[in-house]
Amino acid sequence: MKGNGDIRIGFYICHCGTNIAGLIDVARIAEYAGTLPGVVVARDYKYMCSDPGQDLLREDIAAYHLMRIVVASCSPLLHEQTFRRAAEKGGINPYFVQMVNIREHGTWVHDDAEYMTGKAMDMVRAAVLRVYAHQPLERKQVPITPDVLIVGGGIAGIHAALTMADAGKHVYLVEREPTIGGHMAQFDKTFPTLDCAACILTPKMTAVKAHPNITLWTWSEVEKVDGFIGNFTVTVKRKARYVDEDLCVGCMECIEACIYKQGKFPDEFNMGLSKRKPIFIPFPQAVPPVPVIDPGQCLHLKKGTCKDTCVEICADRKAINFEQEPEYKEIEVGAIILATGFTPFDATRIPYYGYGKYPNVYTALELERLVNASGPTGGEVRLPDGRTPERVAIVHCVGSRDEHYNRWCSRVCCMYSMKLAHLVKEKTHAEIFNFYIDMRAPGKSMEEFYNRISSEGIHLVRGRVADVYPETLEKKTNGQIGRVIVQAEDTLIGRIRKIPVDMLILSTGLQPRIDAEEIRRMFNISCSAGGFFLERHPKLAPVNTFTDGIFLAGTCQGPKDIPDTVAQAGAAASEALALIDRGVFELEPNTAYIMEDDCSGCKSCIPLCPYTAIAFKEEKQKAEINEALCKGCGTCVASCPSGSIRQHLFEDEEIYREIRGLLAYA
Amino acid sequence: MNETIETTQTAQPWRPRIVAFFCNWCTYTAADLAGVSRMKYAPNTRIIRVMCSGRIDPQFVLEALSEGADGVLIGGCHPGDCHYAEGNYKALRRFHLLRRMLIGMGIDEKRFRLEWISASEGDKVKTVINDMVEQLQQLGPLDIPARRKAWDVELEEAKAQVPRYEEFEEAAHV
Repeated sequence: MKGNGDIRIGFYICHCGTNIAGLIDVARIAEYAGTLPGVVVARDYKYMCSDPGQDLLREDIAAYHLMRIVVASCSPLLHEQTFRRAAEKGGINPYFVQMVNIREHGTWVHDDAEYMTGKAMDMVRAAVLRVYAHQPLERKQVPITPDVLIVGGGIAGIHAALTMADAGKHVYLVEREPTIGGHMAQFDKTFPTLDCAACILTPKMTAVKAHPNITLWTWSEVEKVDGFIGNFTVTVKRKARYVDEDLCVGCMECIEACIYKQGKFPDEFNMGLSKRKPIFIPFPQAVPPVPVIDPGQCLHLKKGTCKDTCVEICADRKAINFEQEPEYKEIEVGAIILATGFTPFDATRIPYYGYGKYPNVYTALELERLVNASGPTGGEVRLPDGRTPERVAIVHCVGSRDEHYNRWCSRVCCMYSMKLAHLVKEKTHAEIFNFYIDMRAPGKSMEEFYNRISSEGIHLVRGRVADVYPETLEKKTNGQIGRVIVQAEDTLIGRIRKIPVDMLILSTGLQPRIDAEEIRRMFNISCSAGGFFLERHPKLAPVNTFTDGIFLAGTCQGPKDIPDTVAQAGAAASEALALIDRGVFELEPNTAYIMEDDCSGCKSCIPLCPYTAIAFKEEKQKAEINEALCKGCGTCVASCPSGSIRQHLFEDEEIYREIRGLLAYA
Repeated sequence: MNETIETTQTAQPWRPRIVAFFCNWCTYTAADLAGVSRMKYAPNTRIIRVMCSGRIDPQFVLEALSEGADGVLIGGCHPGDCHYAEGNYKALRRFHLLRRMLIGMGIDEKRFRLEWISASEGDKVKTVINDMVEQLQQLGPLDIPARRKAWDVELEEAKAQVPRYEEFEEAAHV
C-alpha cells in the first residue's frame, strides 16, 4: 500500500458549486493528486466548507490514518481556520493542513479551462510537497487587557463608548475637538424623521460625561500606538486647553468677561458664519462644558499683555491656567475602535460652482448652521445682505459620482438635500430647485420621505449643474447681492435651463478625513481605494480590520447615514466586547526561532527586527528571540547568513518544496 | 519520500511561468480581491504566500528561476504600509542587490520584478501580471533547468582538462 509507514496525506478538491468545478476538471485533478507521493486518499466534493464536507475530512482521518490534509478550494484567508478546526476535531494537529487557493487565484480570474486545470495541478503538487514537511505547532495564548480605546467622539464613538461602558468595560474616548458630538452636533434636523439632531444627540453626550466607566479626553489626539491585539500601548496627547477641566464649573463667565467685547475670529462650529472670541465653547451643549483658549488669538498667550479679565472673573475657582502644558498619557488597552469620521468635500475644488467667489453660494453644512435655532442667525435663513431668499437652488452630488473628484456616491446627500429643501421652504417660503443626477433613497422610510418632500411643491430638475454665473456684472445693486444663474441640462425634457436664484446650496459629499492616511499608518490598518478605512471583509466582517483588535465604526469606513453609523458602532462595540470577554487571544504560531547550535552570533538579525524581539545573549554569544514580542514577519529568517533562524509555518524547507512543486517537470 | 512526480506539462506551446511571492496582508489579499471582483488576467503566475515581503530570501528567487520559472514577481505593501512596519524596505534592499546579481548572470531585468500592491488594488494585480507576462512572452523561455544540463556538460569538459581531477576533488571533500 502506498505511503505505508510514511506520511499519509488526504487530498480534497472543492467544487464550490460551479465556482471551481464550472471551469476546471476537478475529478481529473483529484485523480492526479492521488498519484502524488504520500497521498492515500484524493476526493472531489461539492462544498468542502459545509458540515458534511468537514465530516468527510474527520471520517477520512480516522479511516485512512491521515497525517496531513490538503484542501484545494478558496483563499486560506477565508477558510484556513475552518479546515484547521476540522483537522483538530479529527485528531491531528491543526497545522498539518495546507490550502490551495484555486478559486480566488484560479477559476475566478482565468478563462482557459485546460490551462487552468494544469495550473491547479501545479498548485496542488506544491501543496502536497509542502504539507509533507509541516511540523505540529501550538497556538500561544496571550491575556487581553480589558480596557478599550475609542478614537473619535462623534455619534459613532459616543454610541460605541456607551455600549462598551454599559457592559462594564472601561473606555477611553479620545476626541480631537474641544467637545464631543462630531458632525451630528452641527446638523439641524435629521432625515427621514425630521427630528432635531441636538435633541437626540445631547442626552447621549451628557451620558458619556456622566458614565463612571468612560474616561473622556477631548482636545486630545492619539500620538503613538504600540503593541498588538489585547495589549496595545497608546500615547494620547492632551493639548493645552488653558482652562482646567477639573476646576471649571462651566459658568461661561470668562467668555463674557474676555477683553474682546465682540467675537473676532471665525467660529469653526458655525462654519465661519459667525465670530467667536479667543476663549470659547463650540456650542452651548458642548461636553465637557469647559471653554478652551486659542493660544494663537488670546492676547495673554500671544503677547503677554492683557488685563486678564477672564482670570479675574474666575476668581478663586482658578480654572484659567495660562501655564498649562500639553500632557502625555500612556494607556494600556486590549482593543481599539476607530470612529474618526469624515470630512465634507471641499467645494472650492469645483471652481465653476462659484463657492468662495459669490457670497450667496453655501455648502450644505453651512445651511445646517443657518437653519439651526442656535446657529449664527438664530435659525433664520438670510443672505449676507440680510434679505430672505426668494429662490433657492440645491445642487446634489457636489464632488460625488464625479470622475474628476470622488467617484463614489456619498449616500446621504440626496436625502439631506430633500431635508434642506423642506427646511428652507418652511422657513422662507422660497421657491426651491433641486438639481439631481439620480434620486437615491434606499433604506427604511427614505422613499416615503422623498415622496413626502417632493409633494411639498419643490422643483426637481434632473440634470448636473454645468455652470453658475452672476446675473449682473454689478456685485451689489441697491445694497443687494446679485442673483446667480444656475445652468443645467434638464435631461427629462432635453433642454438647457438657466434659473436665477438668490441662494445656491452645494450638497457636498463625504470624503475621508484629510489625515486618514496618517491615522491609518499609526494604527497599521489599510485603506480602500477611495481612502476610507478598509474593513476585513466587505460583507461578513464589516467592522473588523486586517489588524486584529482594531475595529471600525461610522463614516471612517465609508459614507453612511446616522442610523447605519449607530448600527455599525454597536457592531464594533460588540465585536470588541466578544474579544475582551474571551480574556485570552490565541496567537498564530508563525513566530521565528533560533537553532542555537548554528548561530554564529554575528548579530546581523538584531537591528532588522522592527519589534526588538531579538536580543544578544552575551554569556552564550548567541542571538535569542523573545517569542512574546515576535510577530512572525520572517525578515530575520530571510537575512540570517547561517540559516540558523527559522520560522514556524514558513520554514525554508516548506517554501522550497512549494517552489519545486509548482515548477516540477517529470 | 519518493519524490518522482508525474508531469502535468503537455506538449502545449510554451507559455511563461511566473512564481510570485505575495505578502499575506497586502498583495495576497489584493489577489483575492481581484478574484472576488472576477477580474480576468493572464493565468501564468503561481502564487506563494508569505507573511511579509521581508521573509523572501533571495535564495527563494534563485531557486524558482533554477527550477524553471521564467520570471519572479514579488508583491508587498506600499512603503510605509507594511503590516510589520518595515519588512517591505528590507525586501526592497534585497531586491536591488539581487537584481544586480541576476543582471550580472545574464538574466534580463524584466524577469525579476518588485511591485507594491495594497489590499485594495485588485486591478493592479491584474495589470502588473498581464504586463509582466507580455514582457516574458517577448523574452522567451529562460529555461535554466535545460541550461543546467548544458552547464553540466561544460563542467565535465572542464574537469577532463584538469589532470588528476579526482584527487583534487577527494582532497577537497576531506
